[in-house]
Amino acid sequence: MPYQPVKFYQTGTFTVGNRLLAPDERSVQSSRMRSNSINSGHRACQGCGEALGARYAIDAAMAASDGQLIAVNATGCLEVFSTPYPESSWQVPWIHSLFGNAPAVATGVAAAMKVKGRQEVRVVAQGGDGGTTDIGFGCLSGMFERNDDVLYICYDNEAYMNTGVQRSSATPPAARTATTMPVGPEPGNVFGQGKNVPEIAMAHGIPYVATATVADLRDLEYKVRKAMSMHGARYIQIFVPCPLGFGTASHDTIRIARLARETGMFPVFEAEHGEVTGVLKIRHKVAVEEYLQPQKRFAHLFGKHPHPETVARLQAIADRNIRKYGLLEKESD
Amino acid sequence: MLKQTEGSKAVAEAIALCRPEVICAYPISPQTHIVEALGEMVKSGELTPCEFINVESEFAAMSVAIGSSAAGARSYTATASQGLLFMVEAVYNAAGLGLPIVMTVANRAIGAPINIWNDHSDSLSQRDSGWMQLFAETNQEAVDLHIQAFRLAEELSMPVMVCMDGFILTHAFERVDIPSQEQVDSYLPPFDPRQVLDPAEPVSIGAMVGPEAFMEVKYLAHAKQMQALGLIQQLASEFRTTFGRDSGGLVRTYRADDAETMVVAMGSVLGTIKDTVDEMRDEGHKIGVLGITSYRPFPQREVRAALQNCKRFVVLEKSLAVGMGGIAATDVRMAVTGSGLKGFTAIAGLGGRAIPKASLHRLFREVEQEDLAPVTFLDLDRDAVNKQLEREKQTRRSGPIAENILYDKGISSTAKFG
Ligand SMILES: Cc1ncc(C[n+]2csc(CCOP(=O)(O)OP(=O)(O)O)c2C)c(N)n1
Ligand code: SF4
Ligand SMILES: [Mg+2]
Repeated sequence: MPYQPVKFYQTGTFTVGNRLLAPDERSVQSSRMRSNSINSGHRACQGCGEALGARYAIDAAMAASDGQLIAVNATGCLEVFSTPYPESSWQVPWIHSLFGNAPAVATGVAAAMKVKGRQEVRVVAQGGDGGTTDIGFGCLSGMFERNDDVLYICYDNEAYMNTGVQRSSATPPAARTATTMPVGPEPGNVFGQGKNVPEIAMAHGIPYVATATVADLRDLEYKVRKAMSMHGARYIQIFVPCPLGFGTASHDTIRIARLARETGMFPVFEAEHGEVTGVLKIRHKVAVEEYLQPQKRFAHLFGKHPHPETVARLQAIADRNIRKYGLLEKESD
Repeated sequence: MLKQTEGSKAVAEAIALCRPEVICAYPISPQTHIVEALGEMVKSGELTPCEFINVESEFAAMSVAIGSSAAGARSYTATASQGLLFMVEAVYNAAGLGLPIVMTVANRAIGAPINIWNDHSDSLSQRDSGWMQLFAETNQEAVDLHIQAFRLAEELSMPVMVCMDGFILTHAFERVDIPSQEQVDSYLPPFDPRQVLDPAEPVSIGAMVGPEAFMEVKYLAHAKQMQALGLIQQLASEFRTTFGRDSGGLVRTYRADDAETMVVAMGSVLGTIKDTVDEMRDEGHKIGVLGITSYRPFPQREVRAALQNCKRFVVLEKSLAVGMGGIAATDVRMAVTGSGLKGFTAIAGLGGRAIPKASLHRLFREVEQEDLAPVTFLDLDRDAVNKQLEREKQTRRSGPIAENILYDKGISSTAKFG
């Protein structure tokens, strides 16, 4: 089961009040002892979901490994904004090699630790959705298939953000990107394409696969901790809204992430050895319009020349996710 | 210990003696026997501690080696041809990061047309990648160069390719002296990395570097290769002390003292060249040989010194700079700039084309007479080439080139052309 939301939250905001919890239940991030793996001063945009997700994920991994962590990074926003020469935000040993090889580099680091008898040192690899689901996919699948002792974290903002918002295989249908412009009879990204990497990861039969969002940070921390309690290949895909690429307000990052989950557009679940073992239930099911409308990348679906039929197709995708993963307490809700 | 053994097997034993900690393997001929033998040694427990990783591509092989080397493990892989090209982005990256990985390149042609036989196009395509490249003339030298390569790489924190001719060396059975573990241990200390990923001392490796410092980082790579020119010689002389044999170094000359004509080459073809030169010497020709062992760094001074007393030279190379001529020849000519020497380029042996003594006799006599084009192609079938050129003139849809050539040469009867 994913982390059970604690009972104490402020009505309407769902913000977890750590103050009200027993110390051992408090989040890693609320602790003064957190490692600040990604220190302040980096160059992410205001409201960057990726920066937030990485901070929570890596701090949680650091806590779980007692500070014995090495991080490998693919090229992408996270790499670029965290290491503007001559500065680095990283307080953990960190290596960036290429865009498409982070899983393999991580395999190498893990092999080195093993051969040196330093198995207490754990390895995390991380990349954006482009680096993970497209160009790094061969290396990712190889790392999974060999069951190498690596936790791979994909920060999914549904496009190639660092190069100016181009379509990746994680871009949702209808979304506007620089390479799927809202023009022609089917504006935005096409339907019927793209790949579901969490499910492909599960098909490798690896010990642990999970999805998470930056709206559910305790759940995210829980999943990182759980992944770190296991060995072998593990995969977590975190939904991280990008204000720049989504065309959303910086202060809306968490709200958009929550809506992605509450609509069913981004199903949040976990799986062990290819079997789904838990889902984060939707509290209040929300229609996809509520998720789509605040995002400029979907603006062409609304306004003067709306495309209700396209919105309906997206709703159908969300509904299928809800059915498939059993995201609602009762199907009839 | 003296043994009659396959080149690949001998190299695998030499690698094992160097105590590699991580080996990445991906199959491609003619390199495969090397990693197969190492895999068996690791699996049987003969080579330990060592992680042998069957990766999913050469790109992953080099990437795994990047990770393991950056984490402080002595790392090795081997490849050839398409495999080397498949890993190119990571090849440059390993050098850019300054990681002392050692890689065997079992030199093989690059397709299309796909071809598994030997030439030097693969490693020479990585000339500017920042890797050092040492070329073995014999299997004994291949063994010895690998042992030297780890020291060279680790002292400079820069990667090294040991290039050995595919099939001609990798698959040849000949007598090789495999050193003892004690000898190798006394020559090659444990890997003490200059940079390492370690939670006790966190560093960032591979950060983005802008115009403010990029030039300096690249210059340092060049400076290290310039340092390597001295270090390679020192390592060869230390090698002689420990192992009692001459191996490695920058260049080697043969019967060059009073030579008016010099033949410059790399790799196993030097054997055939020396035999030809011996025969010509017997007939009174003043001809000698310059073998280049270190292609990168390129030993300009030594090349110039070796050629300065001759009247003319030919660079015989198993590679082609399409649209230009020679690759190694360009470097050699650069080294003798201003000397007034007459230099020729002979492209030979592409895709495994045999380089027989008879052809070399003919070529070297033409060089002596200075009676050849600046760039010549040894044993090129001009008729076949002209036939295809004519076909292209006559027919718009002239069809696939390689298949046409095979048809014209009577090698394939099924090829069709328009
Ligand atoms: C081999 C290669 N191809 C293309 C690029 C250019 N490139 C760098 S970052 C990037 C986009 C990264 O997208 P993603 O992985 O989704 O990460 P994000 O920036 O969105 O976090 C691209 C295309 C590159 N660096 N290397
Ligand atoms: S472009 Fe998007 S992913 Fe990149 S730093 Fe800005 S908000 Fe973050
Ligand atoms: Mg992205």
